[in-house]
Amino acid sequence: MFLLRTDRQLAFLLGSCALLSAAIVLLILLFLVKESWPVLQHVALMRFVTDASWHPVQGLYKLTPMLSATLYSTLGAILLATPLGIASALFSRYYAPPFLAGCYRRLVELLAGVPSVVYGFWGLTTLVPLIGRLHPPGVSLLTGILVLTLMILPTVALTVDAALAAVPVAYVRSAAALGLSRWSLISGVALPAARSGITAGILLAAGRAIGETMAVLMVAGNVVEQPHSIFDSVRTLTANIALEVAYATGDHRAALFVSGIALMTLVLVLVGIAECFPRKRYYD
Amino acid sequence: MIKNALASALIWLIAMLITGVFAWLLADIIIHGLPHLSWSFLVEAPGNAGRSGGIGPVIISTGLILLVAVITAVPFGLATAVLLSEFTQRNSRLGRLVRGSLDVLSGVPSIVFGLFGNAFFCIYLGLGFSILSGGLTLACMILPILIRTAEEGLQATPNDYRLASAALGMSRSATLVHLLLPAATPALIAGLMLGLGRAVAETAALIFTSGYVDRMPDSLFDSGRALSVHIYDLSMNVAGGDANAYSSALVLILLLLFINSIALSLANHWLHRSVVTV
Repeated sequence: MFLLRTDRQLAFLLGSCALLSAAIVLLILLFLVKESWPVLQHVALMRFVTDASWHPVQGLYKLTPMLSATLYSTLGAILLATPLGIASALFSRYYAPPFLAGCYRRLVELLAGVPSVVYGFWGLTTLVPLIGRLHPPGVSLLTGILVLTLMILPTVALTVDAALAAVPVAYVRSAAALGLSRWSLISGVALPAARSGITAGILLAAGRAIGETMAVLMVAGNVVEQPHSIFDSVRTLTANIALEVAYATGDHRAALFVSGIALMTLVLVLVGIAECFPRKRYYD
Repeated sequence: MIKNALASALIWLIAMLITGVFAWLLADIIIHGLPHLSWSFLVEAPGNAGRSGGIGPVIISTGLILLVAVITAVPFGLATAVLLSEFTQRNSRLGRLVRGSLDVLSGVPSIVFGLFGNAFFCIYLGLGFSILSGGLTLACMILPILIRTAEEGLQATPNDYRLASAALGMSRSATLVHLLLPAATPALIAGLMLGLGRAVAETAALIFTSGYVDRMPDSLFDSGRALSVHIYDLSMNVAGGDANAYSSALVLILLLLFINSIALSLANHWLHRSVVTV
C-alpha cells in the first residue's frame, strides 16, 4: 500500500493504539494467573473439586457447589428464555402489524438495556416474597433462574429477530405462493433457514447468564451448598467472587482468582462455539 | 388449521406476557420511586447509610467514573477502528490479531473485569479504590463495543469518497479527517452511547475498583460510589433502604433513557448535515 509520510506516521500511531487495545486481553489473563499463582503452586487443581467444603481460610477450596449453582441457573434460564425469546422474535417479525411490531421491538431493546442491578432489586422486592409464599424463604435457585431468564430474554429475542431478518425474502414469498399457512411457513421455512443464527444467539445468551453477577447475587440467597431442589438457596461462582474479594487475603484471594479463570474459560468456550456459526452480527 | 391458530394464540400470549412483566417492573419502580424523587433528593448527600438524604455525591461520582472511561476509551477505540477499517486489508495478520483479541475481550464477564481492575489498577498501579481505577476498568470493558460500531460506521461510508479524494491527491489523513470521520459520525455517536449505556448499568466491575464511599469525591483518586453500586448496597446491606433504592433505580433508568434519546437525536441531526465540513 502506497502511503505519504504523514500517512505513514498516522498509520504508526494508529497501529500502536490498536496493539495496546489488543494487549488488554493478554494483560487480563496475565494478572488473573499472577494473582492465582500462590494457590496454584501448592494446591493441586483436583482439590478444587475433591476438598470437603469451601472454607478457604482453613485451606479447603471445594468450588463444585458454586459451579453447579452457576450451571443449573444458566441451564434453567436458557430452557425458559429460548422458547420465550423465539416466540417474541416471531411475534415482531411475522405476527404483529407493522406499527405494533416497531413498538414491540423498541420495548425489547429497552428491556435489554435495563441494568442487571435493577433486575436484581426488582426480583428481591417483588419475586422473592411471592416465591417465599410458595416455599419459604424465597431466596432460591428458582428466583435466580427467573431473574436470569428476564435478563437474557432480550438477548435471545434480538439475535433471533436478526437471524429471521436475514432469511432471504424469496424463501418467504415462495412459501406464501405455495399456500402454506403462517405456522407452516415459520416452522418449515423460516426457523430452519435461521437455525445457525438462533443457535449462536442462544450460546451468547448462555455466556451472558454464566457471567451475570448482580442479579443472581441479590435473589439467590448465597448459601454455599450443593442444591437439591429449586427452592434451595445457592451461591454462583460470580456471586462468590463479588461477596468475598473485598476481605479476602493470601491464598483465599488467590483461590477467588482461580474461580475467575474458571469463569472466563467457561464463557470463552461458549463464545468460541458461537463464533463458529455464521450469522449477521448483532451488537448489544 | 388448528395448529396454525394455536400457534398464533400462543405467540400473541407470550408477547403479551413479556410486555406485561416489563410493565410490572417499570410500574413497580415508578410507583415506589416517584414519591421520594425530588430536586433535593438529587443534590443532597446520603445520610444514615443511605436510608435518608439524597444521592448528590453518588451522581457526581457516577459522572466522573463515566467521564474517565469515555476519555480513555474513545481515542483508543477510534484509532483502532480507523486502523482496522482504513489502514489494513480485511485478512491481514494485524487485523485478524486485533479483531480476534477484541472478540475475546467482549466475552469476558464483568466480574472478571472487576478482578482484573482490582489487581492491576488498584494494587499494581497503586491507584487504590478510586474513581480513576473504576473508570479505567470500565474503559477496558466498553472498548470492544466502541471499536466495532466505529469500524462498521467507517466501512459503511461510500467508497466513492476514498476514490475521489485519492484522485484529487488528498492524503489519507486528510481524507479521514475531512470526509470519512464526518460521514461516520452518527455511527460513532451511536456506538459511544451504547458503550455509555453499558458503563452506566455496570455494577460488578465497580464494587472493588471504585469502591463504596458515598462522600463527595475531592479528586479522581478518591473512592466514589456509582449509582448502580448504591442501589445494590441499599437493597442488600442496609435494612430499611428500599425507599431510597427505588428512587435511585428510577434515576438510573431515567439516565439510561436520556442517554438513548441523545443518541437518537444526535444521530438524526448529523444525518441531516452535509457530509463535508470544509
